[in-house]
Amino acid sequence: MLYAILCYHDEDFVGSWSKEQDAAVMKKLAVVQEKLTREGRLGPVARLLPTTAATTLRKENPPLVLDGPYAETKEQLLGFYLIDCKNLDEALDVAKDLGAANPGGAYEIRPVGTFVPGGALK
Amino acid sequence: MSETDAAWIDAALTSARPQAVGALLRYFRDLDTAEEAFQNACLRALRSWPQNGPPRDPAAWLIMVGRNAAIDEARRGRKQQPLPEDDRAISDLGDAEDEIAERLDGSHYRDDILRLMFICCHPDLPPTQQIALALRIVSGLSVKQIARAFLVGEAAMEQRITRAKARVADANVPFETPGAVERSERLAAVAAMIYLIFNEGYSASGDTADMRKPLSEEAIRLARLLLRLFPSEPEIMGLTALLLLQHARADARFDADGALILLDDQDRTLWNQKLIAEGLALIDKAMRHRRSGSYQIQAAIAALHARAARPEDTDWQQIDLLYGALELVQPSPVVTLNRAVAASKVRGAQAALDMIEPLAPRLVNYFHFFGVRGAFLMQLGRNEEARVAFDRAIALANTSAEAAHIRMHLDRLMRDSEPPGKKAGK
Repeated sequence: MLYAILCYHDEDFVGSWSKEQDAAVMKKLAVVQEKLTREGRLGPVARLLPTTAATTLRKENPPLVLDGPYAETKEQLLGFYLIDCKNLDEALDVAKDLGAANPGGAYEIRPVGTFVPGGALK
Repeated sequence: MSETDAAWIDAALTSARPQAVGALLRYFRDLDTAEEAFQNACLRALRSWPQNGPPRDPAAWLIMVGRNAAIDEARRGRKQQPLPEDDRAISDLGDAEDEIAERLDGSHYRDDILRLMFICCHPDLPPTQQIALALRIVSGLSVKQIARAFLVGEAAMEQRITRAKARVADANVPFETPGAVERSERLAAVAAMIYLIFNEGYSASGDTADMRKPLSEEAIRLARLLLRLFPSEPEIMGLTALLLLQHARADARFDADGALILLDDQDRTLWNQKLIAEGLALIDKAMRHRRSGSYQIQAAIAALHARAARPEDTDWQQIDLLYGALELVQPSPVVTLNRAVAASKVRGAQAALDMIEPLAPRLVNYFHFFGVRGAFLMQLGRNEEARVAFDRAIALANTSAEAAHIRMHLDRLMRDSEPPGKKAGK
């Protein structure tokens, strides 16, 4: 089963990391990702640019374009993983590993219904 | 980094600072009291968070604890009693924390931070004092860190900040929620101040660039914060984009000896593509509003440089047009001088020289004017006049890197004007 792990964190807080702190967290996350890659369970991973770069399209008629992220929340969606796991327990284990490498904030673990791998992007 | 690490707590205190100090300032209406209350709250956080875990909303925790501590202190001050060691009461704020967090989510938050930043931009303060004050109060850098970035002694910086604080204390910035006009004026002043902070870091010479780089990074952090508070302001998008696009080139701007490398000669593979992507995304967003402004235009110019994989791919025609637009919004001889550089690539050195000659009386003491003029003259083969311009530029150079760069031009002139035989003999 494919699971999406959606990463939520306070972006002001993440933005306050020094370059070294940021690099240290990324390095620890890379270790978890490498393990998943070896097991053939890692799908696409994305770290999103700050929500200040986001634009929201409300699908009204006519469509309404708004600056900023969809939801104004204390913690923001900052990235996501797609991973292949047998069940929720396994997905939670992965999330715990990622969380140990990058504490604070929250992960939403969400089973994937339809997945289109695309393939045009490298 | 675990949640109770010193590094984690440090990042949490830094990111909560503008909101917390801003709220405490609104509450106490006195900068010193607000700062002291925040410091007090931070000390308690350092004792409490490692044991009890971090609060869900650090800013709300710090505001509440800081406020209570300051009120207690004022009471104790009257009674002259020693400070009891009672952290239990504040380590578990529970419902109270939720309640205060809810109240903070509203409109106060935004105006609190804007007010805090705005206080630092008092028009009576010279730019260097505005920047120092903002770095101390809004960013929470230590006096030592600020002194280091400004390349001055700690005592001198302490004095500068104390003096600036005394001046803003008398400024009487109103604490009522500002109206739309007032708010947009504050926003413009704060944007200008953030740009000053950035430039303080960006204009460093090669030997000091590393020490001053944190200034540019802090300016970007503040610009992003401002944009989060005012997500639909195209000029704040433009400002943030401009800083990101300029900072993206930081690693390519100096050679190993600390000499400045001009745009055309930079190794573009060293440009930070992530910062460029963010900058370009913000310009895209800003353009949709069709409310042009000087930061957006400058960012658009920086974007055209960022988009060119090689110097010869640069769209100079578009840059020339954008500088033309900037001249209308923000007429200044320096803008015209920059436009002339673009014009020289599109219409040739003679046209560019004609453009800048009328500026001479106003730029008589401006280093770049003579550097640019010398370069145009050199391109036209008027070497003797070029040499005079370059000599003048060196005399006016602000940093050794600037002077070294002009000397490089001069050396080239000397070489070119020497007889071929002598050159071969070297």
